[in-house]
Amino acid sequence: MKSFTRFTGIVAPLDTANVDTDAIIPKQFLKSIERTGFGKFLFYEWRYENDREKPDFILNREPYRNAPILLTRKNFGCGSSREHAPWAIAEYGIKVILAPSFADIFYNNCFKNGILPVVLPDQDIEILFRNTREIPGYQIRVDLENQRIEDSFGYMSEFEIGSYRKDQLLQGLDEIGATLQSSQNIHSFESSHKIYYKLGAKN
Amino acid sequence: MGRTLYEKIWDKHAVLEQQNQPSLLYIDLHLIHEVTSPQAFEGLRINNRKVRKPELTVATMDHSIPTTDRTLPFRDEIAKKQVDALEKNCRDFGIQLFDLKSRNQGIVHVIAPELGLTQPGMTIVCGDSHTSTHGAFGALAFGIGTSEVEHVLATQTLKQFKSKTLAINIHGQLPSGTTAKDLILSIIGKYGHDFATGYVVEYRGEAIRKLTMEERMTVCNMSIEMGARAGLIEPDSKTFAFLKGKQAVPEGNLWGEVLEEWQQYYTDEDAKFDLTADFNAAEVIPQVTWGTNPGQVAGITETIPKLEDMSEDHVRPAIKALQYMGLEPGTPITEIGIDKVFIGSCTNSRIEDLRKAAKIAHGYKVAERVEALVVPGSQLVKKQAEAEGLDQIFIEAGFQWREAGCSMCLGMNEDLVLPEERCASTSNRNFEGRQGRNARTHLVSPEMAAAAAIAGRFTDVREWPVKERKEVSLQ
Ligand code: SF4
Repeated sequence: MKSFTRFTGIVAPLDTANVDTDAIIPKQFLKSIERTGFGKFLFYEWRYENDREKPDFILNREPYRNAPILLTRKNFGCGSSREHAPWAIAEYGIKVILAPSFADIFYNNCFKNGILPVVLPDQDIEILFRNTREIPGYQIRVDLENQRIEDSFGYMSEFEIGSYRKDQLLQGLDEIGATLQSSQNIHSFESSHKIYYKLGAKN
Repeated sequence: MGRTLYEKIWDKHAVLEQQNQPSLLYIDLHLIHEVTSPQAFEGLRINNRKVRKPELTVATMDHSIPTTDRTLPFRDEIAKKQVDALEKNCRDFGIQLFDLKSRNQGIVHVIAPELGLTQPGMTIVCGDSHTSTHGAFGALAFGIGTSEVEHVLATQTLKQFKSKTLAINIHGQLPSGTTAKDLILSIIGKYGHDFATGYVVEYRGEAIRKLTMEERMTVCNMSIEMGARAGLIEPDSKTFAFLKGKQAVPEGNLWGEVLEEWQQYYTDEDAKFDLTADFNAAEVIPQVTWGTNPGQVAGITETIPKLEDMSEDHVRPAIKALQYMGLEPGTPITEIGIDKVFIGSCTNSRIEDLRKAAKIAHGYKVAERVEALVVPGSQLVKKQAEAEGLDQIFIEAGFQWREAGCSMCLGMNEDLVLPEERCASTSNRNFEGRQGRNARTHLVSPEMAAAAAIAGRFTDVREWPVKERKEVSLQ
């Protein structure tokens, strides 16, 4: 995974609450055994009609087409555990999602795919939505190191993020590799841990 | 201070705990299926890693498989590819697979409990959000992403931050004619579909203790629909009785030992939850969702709420949902006509569900123009239902009787709700496009779905004239 660097980018406002994983990547695109190829199907039902772009959808409009920052409403990513959702988002090129809240599994999945989900208070979200309406090509600067977002018009906010997750993004951690370093602990845990179901016999 | 059930399971499985870092949690049972696992195995291969404990992983095929005749070749080549990949992965890594020919095949959350793999005090994960179902047995069970599937395969552990705990105390008793599905929909309707985000919820109280194990699974299944990480119910004598004699449950001398083990898993009286909520089961009536999230729900005797009666933050989502659903505020629920009926999914496809639906359907005919499907949750459920003659009741009434799988719950196979068709569904999600492009989903209980199939619209199942069966008694 690539590490996360400080950057400035256009903010695409997606003014919808409870955007669920079925909307992010509809299930007809889950029938793949690959980890890539999902970006073009991101928000498919909203972006396309009969395989033609819907001109009204925010990501089909300039200057939002390749916006790296998505601004949205509460409970983003609710629904299924499918990691295809963050895969599609990352492959499309979105690096940061700003929302008042995120669904649990989705939030977790973001960090494994180099996406920074930022939780902001409602009033900040309102300000940002207003700015995208009033300032053409509105951009913000995202600084994960200092946990800060700001624009060049005087808005600035600090955000919370756990230190582990921050490192995960900053350094592009290989979590499995790290856990395998603790093999000894797992091994000794297993030596005294009992599991009672038995598999196998009849199927 | 006392500990909650969640904390007890957590403590028992913590391999490593460090400040400001996620803990390393040991996973007792890892369930996998064809849709969210291929990329995880690919990751293992690329990095030359093994599956640490293949004997703690169980695989089945459920999401994208057809529910029609299994002897025919797949018509969907991409689904076939997923199924083939799972077969190969299980073979290469030594994992037990219940494939389409196995008598144990079925929806992953239906088969693990029925085989007795799901047991109190265990940690269970699966690349599927409705893994919360297994919490009905007092197991800590939750959905994970594919990167985490890979992590569990490689290490048999998961990096986890501890969740906050939420107790929902459910007082009173469910009135007759209402079901566990109505209960959980009412709870989500009252508290909102993101109310429990970040929490592990424990369902407590008299109403919960009265539920059967299958009903408890229906409740825990939908925990994720209010955002919860997992749902839990304390194991009790019903839990132990359900498991006794199941295929994967030890017998003889070991039975005493497991029982003793399981009995440790309860919430101490002086344990503290981070949050508690109360709910009165006695007020529950049959529920029907009218919107595009499970919290947009009303009772069968009610109307779709008027916008002026909603709190401010509900209005905009409601307008959008009603537009998608093709419905108007103020419409009585009983005036909503339907085109399709789906009885199935990991929420409501177990034998009790089918018995209840069959009881309603017996002696009636599915309304003209309504297409109705019954999809058993597993091959074992299907066999049992056939032994009881339930399949015949359904078939005579005009329902289609299918092979086990997820089917129309998510429409990854050919079982789809067509654009603008309206479906009464016993599944758990009514999101836009969930059952098919522009499909309109109404979540209901199996009884309500069966009654809707016959009446052609939603109807109050509490007033349904049941035609008793003479020959076989339906217990
Ligand atoms: S039945 Fe539906 S909710 Fe359950 S596992 Fe299958 S797709 Fe998921």
